[in-house]
Amino acid sequence: MSKHHVSTTINGESVEFLCEPQQTLLDVLRDELNLTGSKEGCASGDCGACSVIVDGRLCCSCLMLGAEAEGRRIQTIEGIADGDRLHPVQQKFLEHAALQCGFCTPGLIVAAKALLDENLNPSEEETRYWLAGNLCRCTGYDKVIRAVLDAAAVMRGEAAE
Amino acid sequence: MPSLSFTAPTTVEEAVTLLASAAGSAKVLSGGTDLLVQLRSGRTRPELIIDAKRIPGLIGIREEADAFVIGAATPGAMLSACEPLIRAWPGVVEAVDLIGSTQIQGRASLAGNLCNASPAADSVPAIIAARTVCVIAGPQGRREAPAEAIPTGPGRTSLEKGEFIVEFRLPKPRPHEADAYLRFIPRTEMDIAVVGCGIAVMLDGTGVCRDARVILGAVAPTPILLPEAVEALVGHRLDEATLARLDAAAQRACRPITDKRGTIEFRTKVAGVLARRVAAIAFERAGER
Repeated sequence: MSKHHVSTTINGESVEFLCEPQQTLLDVLRDELNLTGSKEGCASGDCGACSVIVDGRLCCSCLMLGAEAEGRRIQTIEGIADGDRLHPVQQKFLEHAALQCGFCTPGLIVAAKALLDENLNPSEEETRYWLAGNLCRCTGYDKVIRAVLDAAAVMRGEAAE
Repeated sequence: MPSLSFTAPTTVEEAVTLLASAAGSAKVLSGGTDLLVQLRSGRTRPELIIDAKRIPGLIGIREEADAFVIGAATPGAMLSACEPLIRAWPGVVEAVDLIGSTQIQGRASLAGNLCNASPAADSVPAIIAARTVCVIAGPQGRREAPAEAIPTGPGRTSLEKGEFIVEFRLPKPRPHEADAYLRFIPRTEMDIAVVGCGIAVMLDGTGVCRDARVILGAVAPTPILLPEAVEALVGHRLDEATLARLDAAAQRACRPITDKRGTIEFRTKVAGVLARRVAAIAFERAGER
């Protein structure tokens, strides 16, 4: 079985890796690149725990082959903060305690960040629909939604950080 | 187990050659939202995966004088952001938008939904209603086929070895023509259609239907066109008598199965109800044009 040599950009850095044809991008992130923030929940695109942003579009890294990453720009949970400075979505997840076990949290934060990249002023309904592909089995969604809407307000300059 | 290969050709000709010369089964990869799930479960065991997305034109929407041309691998999110397409065929865009989550919309394509050939595929009744033509590349060159000619049964298509869909041509709607799509699911989001219904109607200036397409999904092995339902509409306004005939025709056309999503009786009843509701939306939209 021949391995593919892939050159791509992950969180702003050029990355090269070798992968087998059937390895998903999630497999590559976790097993080859030690970027274990993206989680494998269902491995079938239902739970959103593996969410990443590829060329500006939110997708499930379990539903993309590693070999497809050639030349793409990929953002993972590891690249959401700016160094030690948390992204407003991350900060508000902490403040609102929008998690319990935390397994779904990386996917939720990446998905919420992708929403706010596109729309800094989403309604609650838009936010709930946007995040419908991210499942949480502990705490439910209400605190998550409050955190995202609060982060949006911070990013619009209408609320305190 | 035979080993899997992956390749990402950059021309249609290269892709056709690869597909035609593959010794075992070869699969075209668009968004991968069905293919990768089937790979993992072992339901499909291809020897070759051909990523179509590097071929110029496979992703993107262009507006010509008489048609919208949609690249086969264009993700749903791009269709939902295309204002001219939403104005022309709102039902098509609504149907696409019903498929999966935001994450799925970032990748899932019309070609994947059509060629995966699920009887319940949401976009398929809608693109059939919109008189969509598939442009197919193959070893003998290009040919065209209406969207309804592609699925032949669950998981099966009429595409020959070496063929794949390059793009879809949706004709511009005629004056007073509009479409709509609805599906029934037992929740509000993130589910698979129990019944889906796509309808396009063309009215005259007085609200009388002159032409129609009525398609049901998830009530037969493939989405089905309903000529009897068309007869119920053409020559009539959408009054209670017309709706009753449409409802009856939709119920008669159903050949559903009973499964965990619904019984034969339930699917049949819902098909009639959905046909009424979708026709009402399509007539209203057409009347406003």
